[in-house]
Amino acid sequence: MSDSRSSMRTPLGRVRNLGASHSGTTDFWRQRLTAMAMTLLIVPVLFVILTLVGRNHAGAAQILGSLPIAIILLLFIVASTWHMKIGMQVVIEDYVHNEKLKLASIMANNFFCAAVALASIYALLKLSSGV
Amino acid sequence: MTARIERPLSPHIQTYRWTLTMALSIVHRATGIALYVGTLLLAWWLIAAASGPSAYANLQAFTGSFIGKLIVFGYTWALMHHLLSGIRHFVWDLGYGFKANEREALTWAALIGGIVLTVLIWIIAYAIGGGR
Repeated sequence: MSDSRSSMRTPLGRVRNLGASHSGTTDFWRQRLTAMAMTLLIVPVLFVILTLVGRNHAGAAQILGSLPIAIILLLFIVASTWHMKIGMQVVIEDYVHNEKLKLASIMANNFFCAAVALASIYALLKLSSGV
Repeated sequence: MTARIERPLSPHIQTYRWTLTMALSIVHRATGIALYVGTLLLAWWLIAAASGPSAYANLQAFTGSFIGKLIVFGYTWALMHHLLSGIRHFVWDLGYGFKANEREALTWAALIGGIVLTVLIWIIAYAIGGGR
């Protein structure tokens, strides 16, 4: 960081939008937004999962492919994978101090969460389209 | 060049006397990490359902096994605990529950509530599906 005396920018102006994650409070807000989404969705999601307990493939595929259930699960998948991406990034930033290893870990975290999200979403869309 | 400012460092974790909220803060993070890994099971479940009967039978063979049940039970607890512990954080975010007795009560509620909900869910699951 440059010497504050060599700049005319105010201290607030210099740090605004530049937290430890270089993205200000965006992650903080999205962490809570997705948390609230999942808090609201948890009862219907548990209901769906409990409905599926003990069913064979044909029964499970039929239920998972129904419109309201697919939408509930899609919303939950988007909220949860986003939430866990932010959460794991906080953990990485707390414990990984080597800069290059940190960047690699954050990248791997993004890849993992995107892969889990897209694989789950694709599976649900496939079940909904019945192919 | 400015000299690096020597800011006070937080003492090592072993320096502090263990408190309930501190232990549960660590549990909140640990359950979060467990749930992160656990989404692989959730993704496997959906992919298996989309793939066909044999893939789904493989998944059910795993979730029906002792180890599988243990993992899913642990996942259920981690989810319920993280949920209630997270709601506790919402209360704190809004500026309530910071008095010593309040934060202890919130933390106990999350701890006990998480266990109660987990057992309740599994009782319902067994009642519905015979524990398969």
